[in-house]
Amino acid sequence: MKIKITFVLWLAGCIGFVQAEDMSSALNAGFKSINQVGLDRLEQDPLQAFCSKPREESGDAAVAAELRETAMASVVLPGNGDYLGSWERGQQVANNGKGLQYSDNPEEANGGNCYACHQLDPAEVAYGNLGPSLTNYGARGQSDVMLQYTWTKLWNTHAYNVCSHMPRFGAQGILTEQQLKDVMAFLFDPDSPVNNLAE
Amino acid sequence: MSGSKIISVAACLVAAVMLTGPAYAEEAGIFDEYRAMFGDDNPAIFVIEEGEEFWFASQGPKQATLESCDLGLGPGVVDGAYARLPRYFKDVDRVMDVEARLRFCMQELQGRTPEEVDDHPYSLRGDLGTEMEALVAWLAEKSRDLPIAPGQEHDKEREAYALGEAVFYYRAGPHDFSCATCHGQEGMRIRLQALPDLTTHEGAAVAYSGWPAYRISEGVVRTMGWRMRDCFRQQRFPLLDMGSDVTVALQTYLAVTAAGAPMAAPGLKR
Repeated sequence: MKIKITFVLWLAGCIGFVQAEDMSSALNAGFKSINQVGLDRLEQDPLQAFCSKPREESGDAAVAAELRETAMASVVLPGNGDYLGSWERGQQVANNGKGLQYSDNPEEANGGNCYACHQLDPAEVAYGNLGPSLTNYGARGQSDVMLQYTWTKLWNTHAYNVCSHMPRFGAQGILTEQQLKDVMAFLFDPDSPVNNLAE
Repeated sequence: MSGSKIISVAACLVAAVMLTGPAYAEEAGIFDEYRAMFGDDNPAIFVIEEGEEFWFASQGPKQATLESCDLGLGPGVVDGAYARLPRYFKDVDRVMDVEARLRFCMQELQGRTPEEVDDHPYSLRGDLGTEMEALVAWLAEKSRDLPIAPGQEHDKEREAYALGEAVFYYRAGPHDFSCATCHGQEGMRIRLQALPDLTTHEGAAVAYSGWPAYRISEGVVRTMGWRMRDCFRQQRFPLLDMGSDVTVALQTYLAVTAAGAPMAAPGLKR
């Protein structure tokens, strides 16, 4: 126990040379509210705080496990096991990078910006690589387990990978339940270009 | 600052210096070709000339020029000053980047109000450029080819580095993004846009040395302060204040990581 505390303090010495209060006051003085975006955006929840360590240093395993459990508990599954919407609409959500920036119109629907980080439809060449390729995702399986796993990943990715870089599209209200179903269809539907591979 | 803090800061600095990787090409493919078409031409040269004119222009209630502005190397010394920023300034007892310092000089020497100086420092879409952008472009040109050498001797300079690093990894907002989300790994890109890994010397050097830059897609010179503001917009954060401790700290973190590499600004970007 003592070793563990010493280790945490050592880490805190390097990372936390900047005390939390100093950080908070610097951030609050360094930003201004604009349009629909207020300074409340600068506050961290426990997960964000845990996942802000420099150089990907790993934190306390027990805390990580607790955060994963909290993330899992946050997931709201769709009613009637009805996971799949329209892949055509899902494709638009995947392509749309707007939403929640102060430059965006809050009246318009948010996008998922999936292509920023993932390859999906192989015909789309402008894809990023911060996340894995999801081309032919439907071939990974269509079982309820696979559907629930993918829904959970979209809703709150931290249920599986505590400090994943991916946004919490469901838990943070970035996408609506219907939009998530549409993205699911884009991933799973055999007719979706994600799975309908040209020779 | 306590001894243990100095040691831990030193350890952090050593770790930052050790985190180096292979050389990094910031932008690839079509933009490279497009940029190559410009050859040695960079439309920033016109902005640089404007910047020099602004420096010598009498402005504000005091109808004074910026000629006696001290950018860290003494009043009026502009050669090599940009490469030595951010740095601690005794007269204000804080660390400043080029924009914070210019903002200070405009108020002190020319008697201009913070409201006027802070109003619209960066071009909006369709603008032809601002005074701040022109001055920064000219000052960067006056440090071309000189090694990046930000101050790290004063306690406040080291505190700025530590704050900058902490901000770099600070995840917040509805998307949980930090700077590190996009700029903490090698060989990554958003869509087709290559992302420098700013935690390595090579990545930070490419990024830091090339700003300010003429942005072909926007037709204006953009500064490092603008670059950071626009990153935070995409992070879903509020508006980053020009010259604030946060932006100065981030630039200090970046400049220290890039230290030793030659300045190559104003650059030319997509």
